Amino acid sequence: MNIDTSGEIPIFIQIAEQLEDSIFTGVFQEEEKIPSTNEISALFNINPHTVLKGMNMLVDQGIIYKKRGLGMYVREGAVQKIRTKRQGEFLAKYVEPLVKEANKLSISKEDLFELIERGYDNGGN
Amino acid sequence: MAGIEIHGVTKRFGDVKALDDVTVTFEPEKIYGFLGRNGAGKSTLINIIANRLFADGGSILIDGTPAAENMGVHDKIFCMSEADLYDDSMRIRDIFKWTGRFYDNFDIDKALEISKKFELDTGKRFKTLSKGYQSIFKLTVALSLNVPYLIFDEPVLGLDANHREMFYDIMLREYAQSPRTIIIATHLIEEVSGMIEDVVLIDSGKILFCEEVEKLMEESYCVAGLSSQVDDYCRGKEVVGTDQLGALKQAYIIGEREKIAGNDSLQFSQVNLQKLFIKLTEKGGESI
Repeated sequence: MNIDTSGEIPIFIQIAEQLEDSIFTGVFQEEEKIPSTNEISALFNINPHTVLKGMNMLVDQGIIYKKRGLGMYVREGAVQKIRTKRQGEFLAKYVEPLVKEANKLSISKEDLFELIERGYDNGGN
Repeated sequence: MAGIEIHGVTKRFGDVKALDDVTVTFEPEKIYGFLGRNGAGKSTLINIIANRLFADGGSILIDGTPAAENMGVHDKIFCMSEADLYDDSMRIRDIFKWTGRFYDNFDIDKALEISKKFELDTGKRFKTLSKGYQSIFKLTVALSLNVPYLIFDEPVLGLDANHREMFYDIMLREYAQSPRTIIIATHLIEEVSGMIEDVVLIDSGKILFCEEVEKLMEESYCVAGLSSQVDDYCRGKEVVGTDQLGALKQAYIIGEREKIAGNDSLQFSQVNLQKLFIKLTEKGGESI
């Protein structure tokens, strides 16, 4: 994890995104405990309220849940939930900027399709 | 009301108005960044809160009780600053013992534990410590005191990067364990920008604003593009500063981000706290 305190994205959103990523890539497994608010706060020099705000975003999305007195745990089915969410965001987050940039560079639709084919050939997995 | 309430505080040094009708409230259990340029009045206000200086006018209430000449507030506030208030020929561990006698809520075991983390030799006399370690000693005392209001005036002066990191780490852990008001006056804005919840900005003895950092970031942005287009865009908006680079102009704006549809030539970005601070406190609004 790496938090950029002077960046474009609010810190609590960065916390949520990075925790989500760690869950998605299996760093934190389902039904496993994730680091506490205070640990994350001290490690990255972030106000604990900000960290909690990021965590609550994931609670609201049903990705983690609170076990009273024990801490935050990854919910069963979290990985599938994240995958579905990210698939839903794929068009707006990746495809639309790609098409916009291609238009700026006068890359035609056919050429763009071909470039995507080549991307697959180069082993983009 | 709980908190440190400052009402209309004024302080003059000869002809210089160091504080000009300062009114601001520090709420309980929040971490504040107290920012201002050199000579803006930060230390003067801190010294008045800590009863080391007397205001010419105005009042300060600590949890509803007037602070001036009131020994009761002594148990509530601790201020760590550059001033050395110690008998410098004493050994560190003896100063710890004395501090324990003066403050009921001083945890000497915690002080020894923090000293160990910083590798502060408690057998040494204060005056034989390096500048950095003198700061570390004072930070150790502050971090071992469980008071509801902790003020740090330039806490990391002379500390190397490792020790600064260690200080922030311990401070945040202490805060998480027993929440309290922490006020940090510092020039190292980048280092504390993630830690502070609210920011109080003072300039030429006046409070410019007191605002949540997150809200401030939401409500300020930067727009860049061709000078004429940027000027058009800025009309009617609160521009706090600009930078010019040939035909390119960059303007820093406070207010809601208004995007003009179909205009791709203007670029919008976030302003960070340090940049905003510089623009708001720039003398004469000029940029270099």
